[in-house]
Amino acid sequence: MSEQNDSGARNGSAIEGAGLHKAYGGVLALEDATFRAAPGEVHALVGENGAGKSTMIKALAGVIRPDEGRVLIGGEEVRLRSPEDALRRGVATVFQELTLLPRMTVAENLLMGREPRGTLGLIRRRWLPAAAADLLAEHDVNSVDPGELVENLPLAQQQLVEIVRAAMREPAVLILDEPTSALSKREVEWLFGLVRRLRDDGACVVFTSHRWSEVTDLADRITVLRNGTDVGTHEQLSEEEAVKLMTGREVSTAYAEPDRAHEGEVLLETEDLTTFGLEGVSLSLHAGEILGVGGLEGQGQRELFHALFGLTPIDGELQIRGEHKRLHSPRDAIHAGIAFIPQDRKAEGLLLPMTVRENLTLPILGRLAAAGVIRPAGERKAAEGMIDRLAIDARRPGQPVGTLSGGNQQKVLLGRWLLAESQILLLYDVTRGVDVATKQDIYELIIKLAADGHAILFYSSDTEEIAHLCHRVLVLREGAVAEELDGPEISAEDIIGASFREETHA
Amino acid sequence: MLEGAIGTRGRGAPTPRVGPRRSQVVAQNASLVVAGTLLVAMLVLYIVLYMGSLRAFPGTFEAASITDHAVPLSLAAVGQSLVILTRGIDLSVGGMMDLSNSLAALKLQGGFATEALWTVIILLVGAAGGLLNGLLVAYGRIQPILVTLGTLSIFQGLALWVLPSPGGHVAGGYTGLFLNPNAPTALIWVVLLALAWVAFRRTRLGVQIFAVGNDEQAARANSVPVARTKVIVYVLAGMLAAGAGIALATTTTGGDATGGDVFTLSSIAAAVIGGVSLFGGRGSAVGAIFGAFVLTLLVDVLFFANIDPLFQPFYQGLFLVVAVGASTLLGRVLVRRR
Repeated sequence: MSEQNDSGARNGSAIEGAGLHKAYGGVLALEDATFRAAPGEVHALVGENGAGKSTMIKALAGVIRPDEGRVLIGGEEVRLRSPEDALRRGVATVFQELTLLPRMTVAENLLMGREPRGTLGLIRRRWLPAAAADLLAEHDVNSVDPGELVENLPLAQQQLVEIVRAAMREPAVLILDEPTSALSKREVEWLFGLVRRLRDDGACVVFTSHRWSEVTDLADRITVLRNGTDVGTHEQLSEEEAVKLMTGREVSTAYAEPDRAHEGEVLLETEDLTTFGLEGVSLSLHAGEILGVGGLEGQGQRELFHALFGLTPIDGELQIRGEHKRLHSPRDAIHAGIAFIPQDRKAEGLLLPMTVRENLTLPILGRLAAAGVIRPAGERKAAEGMIDRLAIDARRPGQPVGTLSGGNQQKVLLGRWLLAESQILLLYDVTRGVDVATKQDIYELIIKLAADGHAILFYSSDTEEIAHLCHRVLVLREGAVAEELDGPEISAEDIIGASFREETHA
Repeated sequence: MLEGAIGTRGRGAPTPRVGPRRSQVVAQNASLVVAGTLLVAMLVLYIVLYMGSLRAFPGTFEAASITDHAVPLSLAAVGQSLVILTRGIDLSVGGMMDLSNSLAALKLQGGFATEALWTVIILLVGAAGGLLNGLLVAYGRIQPILVTLGTLSIFQGLALWVLPSPGGHVAGGYTGLFLNPNAPTALIWVVLLALAWVAFRRTRLGVQIFAVGNDEQAARANSVPVARTKVIVYVLAGMLAAGAGIALATTTTGGDATGGDVFTLSSIAAAVIGGVSLFGGRGSAVGAIFGAFVLTLLVDVLFFANIDPLFQPFYQGLFLVVAVGASTLLGRVLVRRR
């Protein structure tokens, strides 16, 4: 609670959770937590996963009701019954889970409940796209086609629509829970502009982010949560101080760096790989190597990973361990020893209601079964071994995967492919939305896997990560390799520089 | 597809009103395009087979006969589609048609006032049955398939209690509403039904039904009253099934407490052929009407193709599988090519 009196506006309260308690089945998520944000400020809420950020936001947004404590909007105590209730009182929230309707158009989503109407009060459906285009343009969004179905949009564009939908209601309080995790740099800048404009108009913006640079760039004030309690509100906070506050101990924020790659045999090699979104990519991936794929978002990184996992048909040559291969499906890729760990764990791999054990052993059930019947002892041993090896934070192997944190879900997915003895690991933005401590675990794990002889292709939306973790980096631009960076001293600036280099005189 | 065909760019307007691109509209209504194509193909096949066996072009009598038969199924299929769009299913359609059919055969006679009164009463019975379904699904949180399987038997039982053996009749003046052997006047009902759908799609409820079928959680976040929407949908489906039962009674001019049973499955088949997704949130009742006509034509096609009536179900089943498979494939092509 330091230096709060330099701005008059900050004395008011736009939204406040005072002395909140919330328990989930005996586990205290919030314990006497207080958070207050003023009109005309951008206020960041930070903390490790499990610190209570999400619970605090849910309480302020009306998703849950705290067991104890008060929620105040504009200084007035309220009992929020639902997110719509909060919205009526001027609090709009963009949650981590998107709430767009996938099989409806962008326009229908944006204008639901406020459609342009004609005679007889019937909705003028033909006007919807234009009305939505106006709305998007008002918020400087030009890349999104309002007539398109939401399910056909990339995640980043869906997020833009979600943010516009919240902002267009002109809320007094806008709450953004991890809004940037799906966005590229340019879109993040757009969001920052929008947030600053709303703030200058007197709105209060509350946001959370795992990227520290965003917090310091955007926030006027920062409130840190630890173990369900607020441990301080600050205007200035260095990353080291913040980490100390969040963890209650000193942690090095330095990235774990890999040893110099011992050049192993070439496990995967492509020549002139071409498909929708890829223009002749040639690369070779060695055992024991972490090969980074960098570049701006949407330059073919996703397409490359999908192609190598047999999800899209390709032209060009693909060799695995020196042998020519055609991958017609992920099944072919898995047989060839390739594993894909995607960004969207839920949609592309994990079966959330099923147990950790089942999720780990799914691809190797054939090996664990005798005459078609799974041997429970063998399955348990395999699963427990992997849980230990990867330090998966699960209370028991029978726990549903959906109840684990994001980082631990990622470990389960990784563990699955290690059990399947995949040698080539395609890691696509695996640390997205994972808390700081678990991120460190995952970095160390990746380095260890490479040292054990796995070949790793690594993409991250966080360029710092690529720079620190990878032995070599391929920078993609418009579906082709624009530059290859090699050596122990690759920096994020190098990668970003290579990403942009040609654009200036294009 | 209508929207793409008409230019919607307002000239000189301060904000140009731009409609969706045509390819987009086609892609988003692919299933409707496919259902329409299927209907045309079926019609051509019918005419060819008819001419082959009777050496004459089908006339208004044939058109009237097909339409008369397709009206009850169209009504039931539209009701079924509403429910399926919310990601539910209504197995009680057949039972409700049994019940309304039996009531119609006993009561729709004795002058205009009585007939009008009983028409309203029968539709209200349908609404009440639908309300029971809707409440159990939306507030009882029971799977739609279980709820409606139960109410199917309940409605069937009530129908047998109302009309233990086939009989009764519908007054001549009343049957004229739906049945005309000389001209396909019943097409009016079909057109009205389609128009009602087009208008309904432009109401708040029309949007909300799609939202619920898309994703209940997300719909709730969009301030859609999910439970209430579901209840209304089942009520509408019940009323449409009751209407279908009345239409059935007039086309057969009598009642049968088991006559509606086949409509449970054929209404689902019509909706699916019409491109209504069983996963909810995608489809059109116009497509379901197309589907109803396709299925009605199929019976005649099989007749003119000299198929043994005993084997008709076999071929109907075969057709259903092939038609749905083919339309899925075609729809995918339409979506991809743009």
